[in-house]
Amino acid sequence: MVVSLAHYLTVAAILLVIGIFGIFLNRKNVIIILMSIELILLAVNINLVAFSASMNDLAGQVMTMFVLTVAAAEAAIGLAIVVVYYRNRGSIQVEDVNLMKG
Amino acid sequence: MIATLAFYVFAAILLGSATMVVSSRNPVHSVLFLVLAFFNAAGLFILLGAEFLAMILVIVYVGAVMVLFLFVVMMLDIDFNQLREGFQKYAPVGAAVGVVLFGELLLVLSGWQVAPASQALRMSPIPAHITNADAIGRVLYTDYILLFQTAGCILLVAMIGAIVLTLRERQDSRRQKIDLQIARTPASTMQLVNVEIGAGAPASAYLRPLVVEPAEELDTAGTEIGHH
Repeated sequence: MVVSLAHYLTVAAILLVIGIFGIFLNRKNVIIILMSIELILLAVNINLVAFSASMNDLAGQVMTMFVLTVAAAEAAIGLAIVVVYYRNRGSIQVEDVNLMKG
Repeated sequence: MIATLAFYVFAAILLGSATMVVSSRNPVHSVLFLVLAFFNAAGLFILLGAEFLAMILVIVYVGAVMVLFLFVVMMLDIDFNQLREGFQKYAPVGAAVGVVLFGELLLVLSGWQVAPASQALRMSPIPAHITNADAIGRVLYTDYILLFQTAGCILLVAMIGAIVLTLRERQDSRRQKIDLQIARTPASTMQLVNVEIGAGAPASAYLRPLVVEPAEELDTAGTEIGHH
């Protein structure tokens, strides 16, 4: 049985669902939520590279690189916000994040 | 055959470690399982012929971003048991959303096929007989130069943002204050004392700040040690 595009798409779909499930499951822990977002972006990357290999087109791989760039920037900013928030409030519970409510 | 076997091994470990990421009790374990997931995704990339991206994923992602996650998880002193309250409560909702989403994705996958004309619409077909990194380099700095520069700007903004967010003036750091040093005058730092002839300098003249006399017991302890 040869590995086809559909196999990779199925793996990416399962990975995406696991990521979204993780956001629901760890609704209080913002660090795990950030990791779940990383999983979702990884699923997107697997899709892009699978289509790139299937179509014999490099655009997918180039786009994957940009997705990785943006994901790295997002992780850095997100973790910086978490650190600042912990310094100010002593907690990173998502439910405590209500400073902007006024 | 080996490629098929490798695909199933990589995919199984990837999905298993992704499940452990979201369900692990300890966030440090979550980060480590995420590292394992990224390694196996890199294996899938290699199977797909994208070696350069696989190396980027391992070096940049595992080497930098995941270590950043690990630093933050270990640096913040968090009561993780408290964060896991409601784990059971939210699980059914998440499972329902996940099942619905997965069903929809399977529907899309089952009734989907490549359009016949799509081969002619390719942006940058992979040239034959050159390596993957070579091929990416040939299009990245020519066709996608605008996106490449934009990605650089995004990274610059992210770097400045992270520094601005986490920079703080520490109160207990002993930094050199040059303006204060320059603004010192003799009047604020030096005091002239008139000493009477034959009386010797009083303690207030050379002890600054003035200290109290050492206690009696210190003296005796010192002599005892000296005798032994």
